[in-house]
Amino acid sequence: MSPYRSISVIATLFLFWVVMSGFFTPFLLTMGLLSAGAVLWFAHRMDVMDHEGHPIHLGKNAFTYWPWLLKEIVKSAWEVSRIIVNPALPISPTMLRVKTTQKTPVGQVTYANSITLTPGTISVAIAGDEILVHALTREGAQGVADGDMDRRVTAFEGLS
Amino acid sequence: MIVLDILTWLLVTAGGVFCVIGAVGMLRMPDFFTRMHAASVIDTLGAGLIIVGLILQSGFTLASLKLIILGLLIFFTSPTASHALANAALERGAEPLLADEEGETPSSPR
Repeated sequence: MSPYRSISVIATLFLFWVVMSGFFTPFLLTMGLLSAGAVLWFAHRMDVMDHEGHPIHLGKNAFTYWPWLLKEIVKSAWEVSRIIVNPALPISPTMLRVKTTQKTPVGQVTYANSITLTPGTISVAIAGDEILVHALTREGAQGVADGDMDRRVTAFEGLS
Repeated sequence: MIVLDILTWLLVTAGGVFCVIGAVGMLRMPDFFTRMHAASVIDTLGAGLIIVGLILQSGFTLASLKLIILGLLIFFTSPTASHALANAALERGAEPLLADEEGETPSSPR
């Protein structure tokens, strides 16, 4: 257990506490710090403060991956909106299995959640290194099958 | 700050429009899984644009930070909830309506 992770957890918790409370009297700030310390201690005892519970190593990669993901979300939300307002409702629902190349559960969850977050595709089930995806259109399914997002999530994971 | 007000108006209105489009989509889509696709427009573009619009109104305050936390909450929980819902439906034997190979779109909306 690295001390950096503990420091990061207590800093994050205390910052969250300050934002939620909005009071800056010394007494209340001390209380907030003590609460953050207590939660840190609980997290240690419950053994949940590992690379999954508090993945600080993903921090710097998020700045390159999240903007790209945001762009994809806006693009596909626009596509789905166009399909909905089209009187012909041009959908072609497709189920497909895609291989994942991530090495950790955190990476796999990131990929599955990214698929679901993009309108027009939903990750329905995960088994082994395969994700079952439901897509609203054949083009959307093709987009997932191309594996661009898969490669980017693996890069985001930053292990290879 | 008339420019900020106009920008907020535009963003919140656009967000509202996408919420309505998502709701219309939920009614028009033929089956469970396709309806979920329509719903995901609401919690990405709909909620996102409204939150950005409101952040412009509150400026550099604690309220803005809370709005950002709200946005992150939706960003992390909504795909998890969608996945759980779709997975439960499949486990319970909901048959997804699929397009056939020739490229015909499924008709007869229920």
